[in-house]
Amino acid sequence: MTATAPPLLELDALRKEFGGRPGSVAVDDVSLTVHEGETLALVGESGCGKTTLTRLLLRLLEPTSGTVRFDGTDLFALDAAALRGVRREMQVVLQDPYSSMNPRLRIVDIVAEPLVTHDPRARGRRGRAWTRQRVGELLEAVGLDGTILDRYPHEFSGGQRQRISIARAIGLEPRLVVLDEPTSALDVSVQARVLDLLAELQQRLGLTYVFVSHNLAVVRQVADRVAVMRRGALVEVGTAHQVFTAPAHPYTRQLLDAVPIPDPVKARRTRRAALAGDEETAQAGDGKTGDGKPGDGGTAPRPAHDGAR
Amino acid sequence: MTTISPNPAPAAAHAPAAPSHRTAALRTLLRNRLALAALAFLALVVICALFAPLIAPADPNAQNLLERLQPPAWQHGGSGAHLLGTDQLGRDLLSRVIYGTRVSLLVGTGAALLAGVIGTAAGLASGYFGGLPDRVLMRIADVQLAFPAILLALAVVGFLGSGLWYVILVLGVTGWVSYARVVRSEVLSLRSRDFITEARAIGVGDTTIMRRHLLPNVMAPLATIGTLHVAAAIVAEASLSYLGLGVPKETVTWGAMLADGQLYLGTSWWVAVFPGVALMLTSLAVNITGDALRDVADPKAYRR
Repeated sequence: MTATAPPLLELDALRKEFGGRPGSVAVDDVSLTVHEGETLALVGESGCGKTTLTRLLLRLLEPTSGTVRFDGTDLFALDAAALRGVRREMQVVLQDPYSSMNPRLRIVDIVAEPLVTHDPRARGRRGRAWTRQRVGELLEAVGLDGTILDRYPHEFSGGQRQRISIARAIGLEPRLVVLDEPTSALDVSVQARVLDLLAELQQRLGLTYVFVSHNLAVVRQVADRVAVMRRGALVEVGTAHQVFTAPAHPYTRQLLDAVPIPDPVKARRTRRAALAGDEETAQAGDGKTGDGKPGDGGTAPRPAHDGAR
Repeated sequence: MTTISPNPAPAAAHAPAAPSHRTAALRTLLRNRLALAALAFLALVVICALFAPLIAPADPNAQNLLERLQPPAWQHGGSGAHLLGTDQLGRDLLSRVIYGTRVSLLVGTGAALLAGVIGTAAGLASGYFGGLPDRVLMRIADVQLAFPAILLALAVVGFLGSGLWYVILVLGVTGWVSYARVVRSEVLSLRSRDFITEARAIGVGDTTIMRRHLLPNVMAPLATIGTLHVAAAIVAEASLSYLGLGVPKETVTWGAMLADGQLYLGTSWWVAVFPGVALMLTSLAVNITGDALRDVADPKAYRR
């Protein structure tokens, strides 16, 4: 993470419009760098373009303009063969552990998918035995029993499934893992354990994380740096410490204020202060909703694609 | 601490024997008495088709004009020599009904398989790629649907000549649309699921995604349409044969027997009724099996 090392991931003026109309900008000229070994958290409310941005940097969508460089190579200039090489280096864990696995495949085949796709050792006559052994190791690495190979996804809980997803993502020892709201579908206690696992794997394997979340409490726990997104554009990028202690942009401050405070007396005082002092906030229509999440009132019109996560 | 303990004991608790999909599916099927009866009947039909020469009491094409239009054995004037009676040329009806299973089964399964392969390929491509392939394939499907299948079958058979394989070809080619439509809509809903996104992010190729991730998840509706199509093709073959455009005269088919029998319906009902009943029961059994398959194949049914 020294200033001299070239960034692992570099987004330059990345832009994505859906349907060709100027009103449907999902990602608006985003420039961002992610350095090897760090965790960059991408935060913002629902529909702000976080998911679209991850789809772009995984090259699952083509941008309207701008570039994504991974380890110096432009992703969108690659041909199919070169792209396969890069895909090996970046993996993804998605939000919903119930739809991220093919219900008809056994755990071994789910976790082995990246191996079978990219590793010649997983093919051929001996490949099956090698794959089973490797998948067993991976499952143990994420804290699961290595003997569950022949079971089906529906036999597992949300937290266990998310561990299986993580096992799949680390199988090729990638450099970058995109975590798209990896814990938001889980119970709080399970969340904490999955976050611990992610931190441990990052240390052990030297992973770089792009961690997408709308949950600032989680972000505070995991992030080295934080990028705040609003209506498709970045409003603030900084170290986690900076962003949480001295937010530079008013929108970041709003997000921080919207985090529920687990102390009712303090929470009441904060709310009263917000009502009295911050009238611009109320007028901008970006006020908080009762459950402490940022409201949808000020969100730009969402392109239909973005909603279909 | 308890919710995601590293060993999978909690998971084992709600799925005790960890039964595979297949055994669970089989158990559901066995509980359905009607489906069992239908399956038993179909097994009987298959046995008749395979071993027709051993089972049939007589040569289905052997004419005996002295014994023409004899009633079934239990009616006045019937004899034990011809259990279901004889037709207008004195041929043994029981033997003809038994031999008729061959054409019906061959045409039914052949047409359903052919249509299934074409329709599934078209539906997968259409749903997965979208865009131009989708538009082209779906317009072809519309045109196909707008054109009456039986009319097309008549035209092709009239043009190419009659024959068992032409009948299968025609019924197969005209039947693909329903498969394609269903597969396409299933694929459209699957395509946005996370596991497809993950597979694409991993770098799995399009054909592998279709084979590994899409095809197994559309097999259930496919099997249902397939069985329904078998029944429809059996009836369609009978219609073509009834019109004299199906298979050649010397091949015994239920449709041709119906056509023969209708002339004598007033005096000798049995000539038309027995092949008709065989046709009806077979297509009914196939349909019931198809319905049972659909119930069994619903992936949510395994969970409990």
